[in-house]
Amino acid sequence: MRGFLLLEDGTRFDGRSVGAPGVAVGEAVFTTAMSGYQEVVTDPSFAEQLVCFTAAMVGNYGVEAARSESDRPHARGVLMRRAGGEAWTRWLADHGIVALDEVDTRSLVLHLRAKGAMRAALVAGEASVPALLARIRAEPTMAGRALAGGVSTREPYVVGRGSVRVAVLDFGCKRSIVGRLLAAGAEVHVFPHSATAEEVLAAAPDGAVASNGPGDPAALTAETGLVRELVGRVPLLGICLGHQLLAQALGLRTFKLRFGHRGANHPVLELASGRVLVTAQNHGFAVEGAGAEVTHVSLYDGTVEGLELPGERARSVQFHPEAGPGPHDARPLVDGWVEELRYAAAA
Amino acid sequence: MPRRPDLHSVCLIGSGPIVIGQACEFDYAGSQALKVLRAEGFRTIVCNSNPATIMTDPGFADRTYLEPLDLEGVAGVLERERPDALLPTLGGQTALNLASELAGRGILDALGIELIGAGVEVIRRAEDRERFRETVLSVGLRVPESRIVTAAEDVPEGLAFPLVLRPAFTLGGHGGGIAWTPEELEPRLYRALAESPVGQVLVEEYLAGWDEFELEVIRDSRDNVVVVCSIENLDPMGVHTGDSVTVAPQMTLPDEAYQELRNAAAAIVRAVGVECGGSNIQFARERETGEVRVIEMNPRVSRSSALASKATGYPIAKVAAKLAVGYTLDEIPNDLTGTTPASFEPTLDYVVVKFPRFAFDKFPGADPTLGTQMKSVGETMGIGRTFSEAFLKAMRSRELDGVPAGPWATLDLLPDGVHPWFRGELAAAAAELDRVRALDDLVKADWERLKRAGWSDAEIAARAGAPEAEARAKRLAAGVRPVYRAVDSCAAEVEAASNYLYSTWGERDEGARPREGASVVILGSGPNRIGQGIEFDYCCVHAARSFRELGYDAVMVNCNPETVSTDYDTSDRLYFEPLDVEAVLELCARERPAGVAIQLGGQTPLKLARALEAAGERILGTPFDAIDLAEDRERFGALCDRLGIAVPPWAMATGPEEAAAAAERIGYPVLARPSYVLGGRRMRVCYAAEDVRAAVEPGERILVDRFLEGALELDVDALCDGEETYVAAVMEHVEEAGVHSGDSSCVLPPISLAPGELARVRDVVRRLAPALGVVGLVNVQLALVRGEAFVLEANPRASRTVPFASKAIGVNLVDAACRLMAGARLADLALPDEGAPSQVSVKAAVFPFARFPGADPVLGPEMRSTGEVMASAGDFPTAFAKAERAAGRPLPAGGRAFLSVADGDKAAAVGLARRLAEVGFTLLATTGTAAALAQAGIPVARVRKVSEPGDDATVVDLVRRGRCDLVVNTPAGSGARSDGYRIREAALVARVPCVTTLAGAAAAVEAIAGAGRDEALSLQERVAAGTG
Repeated sequence: MRGFLLLEDGTRFDGRSVGAPGVAVGEAVFTTAMSGYQEVVTDPSFAEQLVCFTAAMVGNYGVEAARSESDRPHARGVLMRRAGGEAWTRWLADHGIVALDEVDTRSLVLHLRAKGAMRAALVAGEASVPALLARIRAEPTMAGRALAGGVSTREPYVVGRGSVRVAVLDFGCKRSIVGRLLAAGAEVHVFPHSATAEEVLAAAPDGAVASNGPGDPAALTAETGLVRELVGRVPLLGICLGHQLLAQALGLRTFKLRFGHRGANHPVLELASGRVLVTAQNHGFAVEGAGAEVTHVSLYDGTVEGLELPGERARSVQFHPEAGPGPHDARPLVDGWVEELRYAAAA
Repeated sequence: MPRRPDLHSVCLIGSGPIVIGQACEFDYAGSQALKVLRAEGFRTIVCNSNPATIMTDPGFADRTYLEPLDLEGVAGVLERERPDALLPTLGGQTALNLASELAGRGILDALGIELIGAGVEVIRRAEDRERFRETVLSVGLRVPESRIVTAAEDVPEGLAFPLVLRPAFTLGGHGGGIAWTPEELEPRLYRALAESPVGQVLVEEYLAGWDEFELEVIRDSRDNVVVVCSIENLDPMGVHTGDSVTVAPQMTLPDEAYQELRNAAAAIVRAVGVECGGSNIQFARERETGEVRVIEMNPRVSRSSALASKATGYPIAKVAAKLAVGYTLDEIPNDLTGTTPASFEPTLDYVVVKFPRFAFDKFPGADPTLGTQMKSVGETMGIGRTFSEAFLKAMRSRELDGVPAGPWATLDLLPDGVHPWFRGELAAAAAELDRVRALDDLVKADWERLKRAGWSDAEIAARAGAPEAEARAKRLAAGVRPVYRAVDSCAAEVEAASNYLYSTWGERDEGARPREGASVVILGSGPNRIGQGIEFDYCCVHAARSFRELGYDAVMVNCNPETVSTDYDTSDRLYFEPLDVEAVLELCARERPAGVAIQLGGQTPLKLARALEAAGERILGTPFDAIDLAEDRERFGALCDRLGIAVPPWAMATGPEEAAAAAERIGYPVLARPSYVLGGRRMRVCYAAEDVRAAVEPGERILVDRFLEGALELDVDALCDGEETYVAAVMEHVEEAGVHSGDSSCVLPPISLAPGELARVRDVVRRLAPALGVVGLVNVQLALVRGEAFVLEANPRASRTVPFASKAIGVNLVDAACRLMAGARLADLALPDEGAPSQVSVKAAVFPFARFPGADPVLGPEMRSTGEVMASAGDFPTAFAKAERAAGRPLPAGGRAFLSVADGDKAAAVGLARRLAEVGFTLLATTGTAAALAQAGIPVARVRKVSEPGDDATVVDLVRRGRCDLVVNTPAGSGARSDGYRIREAALVARVPCVTTLAGAAAAVEAIAGAGRDEALSLQERVAAGTG
């Protein structure tokens, strides 16, 4: 079966359907990571997005449950130059993901780079273009959308046992973050996005992580409030969306990047050490106009990649130190933070 | 950190002659580094014995020394130049070993020279087996465990089976084997010990069948580490990575497994202590269990890093050079994007496949089984948007002569152990082709599918049983054309002004269409192979520079990832494409060039000339007809007759019988040669009818001409503007006629020609070149017999000797040729007089015989050398001795010389033996030769051949035990292999200089007797002094 991607500006890219039939509407974005396709599609931060892989061959090494970053796929659609494996395409179809391969992905990327990430519809089969365009344009844009509620856990839960207790505010948390905390020896208490500060503090955590997640941070008023209430009362670590929420909690603003940073090769300068971390990234929004609190900057476009308020015991990074997929250069940030909590708890 | 202010001058060591395992990738690395260092304001000094390199061109460094890459040669240069630093990480293993030795002997300290890029400790930790093992273990990783065993009762314990046994110092690992069980170990060990001349065997955990991966890593002085590229081998462990088909990026590892390798690579470079520069790390990984072993690490730029640079667009050597002089990764901008730093790891939206190019046909008797010793002589790379597209492009870029044979010959014969994912992708591509029945059945969608899978017009046509041109016509009629996409290192995420392009199908073309008539397309020479190597890449690179200077956009086409020509810095646009008719016609259709330069890339572009001309492309300089005129023996013979130029008596014949009859008419000995051959493939000297019959396939059309025995052979490189001819270089072969010109040493200016003879040779070339229609370069090979000059062949293109000749005479011949091709007259070029340079330059060839046990290491009409060296001095003996040193065959000062010559050579051997005795050698000889010498009153001891009965030591024993310092062994006529072969092989293994021609031996004796100690002069000094 053939299929096509229709962008809100009317540009069309044809392909071959290798996933589920039907139509998926979402924001068309691209990732440059060369491995980790299953992790990408199951990452809640990709909710309501159609992901284009720039890697030429996707699906080569099959699918394994342990690699999923959540309990289900979150990306609504997948675009590839070539899907290289039946296990992968079957998995996509089984999970109802509309997926095309044989797409001119490079031209799509060049288009998104020039025009910015935009709304689009991915069609497996036939569809009327005018009707589709109307449907795309009726969808809300990503800017202004609060999506954490749709991907967060509904009930709090606890995993692991350890000498350090870490609360995770789940705005669409990747399993790798929890996994990293567990590996560092933490007992992890996961809270829904709607939790109150009191509920979180009632668990007596030694620290709290504001997780990654989808959508526009500016639309997450309650979540920003939650983080604001926690600042200064418990050591905080923000990751990706959590970083943006912390920034907002501190009075900074966020803005939408033209086409985002999604990949596994982004160099970030750690200002204190002068060292470069090669990082995994997945964000469409960024923090604006920060000053002395900036700890990390992108060597790619100079945007803010990390913040720290020592007095408030709060810090955050825009990239993904937990990787999954991507390089492990920044993993020590999580490990070190847990170590600090343990040290503080013991003191 | 910015550039170090305390360094002002840097010396770079090259990798010397092209050998298997060390080819032009180090010229690419070296010339990139030199560009950077000069731009940074350093005074640069280069040491490299290989004249065919770009890095040794006078314009690339402040001081260029074509000196032997041995301790004496390099130390001499360092003493003379006193650089602040020595950069050894860009010249392969050769440079690294030399640096270690220079440091170890205290020479660097004594001269106050700092080793930059990699210190002595780093080199030792990476290169010393035991220290590397300890280093790897210290970061929690594993190496294949091994033990060195010297006695059979010493059966190693604690090693996991299977085990591989590698006897030390045997050719090609002869006598080795695999023990699958403990029971098999002892008998195998016994045999292996017996085979090793030093009684030493390495017993190692055998990882055959494990997957093999390589990571190219860069680290800076701030401890930043980036992985430039991952490479996966399709051939599993057990096959040398240089002989493997490889793919980038890696295809079969999940992210967590890939990150494990990435972490391991970073841990290893840190533990080994590489402070600033590129490294290559090889891993073996068991597919099912995920167990990993670290195989090796090169703390330097390598063959794989050249491949990685071409695969990603990330210039590793350039970045490594900048790091070595103080910069850090975040300070170095990415060339292609200009905005991102060098710490941005490349990400690929295409696939790259590398194929090895083998030359087993050149070494009959050699075992073509692939193993841990590298045997390929070159490589190709294919870029595609899918794996199969890249794979098939690289595969057809090999330009195999005749029927594909050897490893990876066809898709039907994949080696064992190839990952099922690759098999699946290739099977899917094969299925597309299998569906083709007749060309007429194919509609547009079919063509698109076939092309997107990677199939060429030629392959589709062959499948349908139709001519290639017909397939092309039908494809074009269906409106299916390729598009060109950029290699930008970032998968289009960042705006990049990339000029590095590859073709694909069914997508959108990128970038503006080039302006019509603005460019010159330069066709490269494809994969290195014997007979066509780096010399032609040198010519193409110079052509790019010249045409740019002439105001054109230089457009390069090539598929060899090792070369300088495929550095995107070399040209205005680089098309990384197969050099076949389809690819070249399509890119010409996009470029609409002012012309196509076909005379610089060796034989490869000539094969495309007819189709280019038919398609209406303008061939610059010498037209296609001149090529045909020179290649078609009947037309060429008639032309020479008309010009009154002598050629050896010749005839064309079809099949063995006709050829034998022609040989009878012409008179023996004759040379039997197929037309349009490269490097004298299958060329044979025949002394009798049965030799001729054996040399010709039934139905094959072949040229038979008289072989001028004992003739003096000359190689001439000349420039012609269609009327006037500039005879630039007359080179005399050291070896007599019958040895391929590419294998013979040669000397410039000629040393044995009478003044009248030289004038006659020049006159012949001056008449022949314009008559052929040459506009540009021409190479003429002549034989002098008793003062008469015979033309053996003329090639209206750049020859193998152009770089050597250019450096010896101090004239850039390629630049001159390009100006002629663009319409200049010779008179416009202001070339110096044709006179002889005052210095004598010698070119000597290097051979890969040690890699091909079973093949006879003897010189003949079929070319077998892989590379060459150059040396210059005030006189011939000094230059020759230096060239032999540079070729890795230093001549002995004295000692014992062993002679065994064919019957026909016995009389001539007497003079040689007398000279050897005069110079102080003790003489040994086999029965016949000894008798001839004794009869002439020369004291000589007889030594037994292996085939002669007796209990005393044979010549092979003596050679093996190092009791011989020089071997002179000329092969007997034809067919005589046994004794001679064993002597030559023994000499090869024992690294005793072995000369297989009397003329070569005579030159060696003169060099031993007369070599002086000249001060090394740089190329720039020689040119400035007018001695160039």
